[in-house]
Amino acid sequence: MKRTPHTARRGAVVGLAIASVALLTACGTSSGSGASGASDEPMAELGEMEGQVSLLAWPGYVEDGTNDPSVDWVTPFVEETGCKVTTKTFGTSDEALNLMKTGDYDVVSASGDASLRLVAAGDVAPVNTDLIPNYEGIYPFLKDQAWNSVDGVPYGVPHGYGANLLMYNTDEFPTAPTSWDVVFDKASEHAGKVTAYDSPIYIADAAVYLMAHEPDLGIENPYSLDEEQLAAAVDLLKTQRESIGEYWSDYLKEVQAFTTGDTVVGTSWQVIQNVLEGEAAKTAVVLPEEGTTGWSDTWMISSKAKNPNCAYAWLDYIASPEANAAATSYFGEAPSSDAACEYREDCEAYHAGDEDYASQIWYWSTPIEECLDGRTDVTCTDYAAWTSAWQEIKG
Amino acid sequence: MSQALVESRPRRTAMRAGSAFLTTHPRTRLALLLAAPLFWLVVVYIVALALLLVTAFWSVDSFTGVITTEFTLDNIIEVVTGSLYQTVTLRTLGVALAVTLIDVVLALPIAFYMAKVASPRMQRVLVILVLTPLWASYLVKAYAWRSVLSQDGILEWLLAPFGGHTPGYGLPATIITLSYLWLPYVILPIYAGLERVPDSLLEASGDLGGKTWPTLRLVVFPLILPAIIAGTIFSFALSLGDYITVNIVGGTNQMLGNLVYTNVGAANNLPLASAIALIPIVIIFGYLFLVRRTGALDNL
Repeated sequence: MKRTPHTARRGAVVGLAIASVALLTACGTSSGSGASGASDEPMAELGEMEGQVSLLAWPGYVEDGTNDPSVDWVTPFVEETGCKVTTKTFGTSDEALNLMKTGDYDVVSASGDASLRLVAAGDVAPVNTDLIPNYEGIYPFLKDQAWNSVDGVPYGVPHGYGANLLMYNTDEFPTAPTSWDVVFDKASEHAGKVTAYDSPIYIADAAVYLMAHEPDLGIENPYSLDEEQLAAAVDLLKTQRESIGEYWSDYLKEVQAFTTGDTVVGTSWQVIQNVLEGEAAKTAVVLPEEGTTGWSDTWMISSKAKNPNCAYAWLDYIASPEANAAATSYFGEAPSSDAACEYREDCEAYHAGDEDYASQIWYWSTPIEECLDGRTDVTCTDYAAWTSAWQEIKG
Repeated sequence: MSQALVESRPRRTAMRAGSAFLTTHPRTRLALLLAAPLFWLVVVYIVALALLLVTAFWSVDSFTGVITTEFTLDNIIEVVTGSLYQTVTLRTLGVALAVTLIDVVLALPIAFYMAKVASPRMQRVLVILVLTPLWASYLVKAYAWRSVLSQDGILEWLLAPFGGHTPGYGLPATIITLSYLWLPYVILPIYAGLERVPDSLLEASGDLGGKTWPTLRLVVFPLILPAIIAGTIFSFALSLGDYITVNIVGGTNQMLGNLVYTNVGAANNLPLASAIALIPIVIIFGYLFLVRRTGALDNL
């Protein structure tokens, strides 16, 4: 007797649940419109400063003296413009991409493997370079590039460029290694103490190595790999994984691992070496003979920026010779203009302004199905394929 | 007497009218009482979970990262059949089981001492000691273990004279760290369960000739089994969802939480992340279903 209403009620609950799920799906369908179309027009003229700006940046790009009291190029900006700066740093381009989707940040320092995706997703707005006086002085070979412009419309201001370097422990390697083979074919010699960058874009590092050591694969551009070439890179990275102690994306974790000796060799950035030098750790960096991957970064403005005027002020400020010199020098990369070199002494070490050298670094860019090296007879693997390959490599 | 009652009859105010209305309409009263907590429960838990479930059936545009809201089973199929997800699920289950086992083995004697042996004063001190680590941030504790387990950490220093070595970063390090992190959550329910076991039962067992082990095995253990299971639910569920500890001390290893995290944070594939997130949910529901009959859920 009592059973019937109970069952009926349960049935009703299940029905209700199904109905609400269906309703949610319907809601989602109607609101899931495409992304392009948000704020397509660049700003025509500047208005009043908003008094604050929120930046999303690579570590070491926005320093206000909290990490190192002698490193501070934010305070002059705040004093000059009255825009209070809040900063969030990220460890990988994917993280930046995802954080930009929240719309909480006005400005982002995007590398080439993020910038085009940001544009395609409508997360960044075109930039009116007329409103940025310092844009004038920037190296011409950095302007209007595939990773910062679409159809001649600039989407940001170049910041600086540099190379991913091989870092090694000087106790373990009395003579500096000259090849990436210490982290690939000879990685097992330091099994458990090798590190690699924890991002699908690291597949390109393996591809650069294969370009030099397996010419039969015919890799022309490490960001345009067909199925077979990607499989070769994945195999190389899977062998490498057996020797990896840990992957890094948090640069402070890498600093600590090299300080304690838990990691003795692996890919790194100049800025990490600078921090380690400050801690008197026994490490050094080298640019191996195979060449390397690198980055060419762009400051971009969010299409949902709440503080566009302060954002433009930041783009202009960070392109100014003095600030650009301070920031790029601290991070360990070439600045964006010749004028910036007057404020730093190590410009030659980074081959600043040397167009030929700059063209030898394989700057991060997003792999897409259309082969970047011009092949038309095959489809290349896109970033989604790289992402799942990377997860498979990590296992 | 009756006159006094008539005289003290309260005046009709809006509040009293409302109160009278609620007294005579118990269902309205109940609805008003439950509205706020139910709203919270439904919105925060059920809607969030339903959205998660729904998202698992969507897909993502690989270039722009925009979610396409067309129904597809691809994510579920990939998660169920992909060898990566099977490996990682097994690894995560293994870690969660190992952590749970270690925690129960450690917690039983500690809880027994606290509940049955220690003086009341000592008991309070021990409860405070068990709770103290919970005041420190989870991250601080994980990073502390990172330096303890490092190649030039204190563990290496302690073990080196005996020819031992730190396990370094990897799964053993993850299990050690997680066991440490969740130990208080296992001790407390077992301690509470032991508190409820009357001393007289232990004395009766002793009077009847029961030695220590038979008493523990035949009298205490069956009585505190629900409490033990309650503790295991904590350590098992918390380990199953963890991704930070394994990131800090786990070396190259990934757990289910890392796959969810990279798919949300790095790959920006929310639908696939939702599909992966369903795995621990299914496992936990299965576990709760199994232990439901033991009465452990009353001990949570």
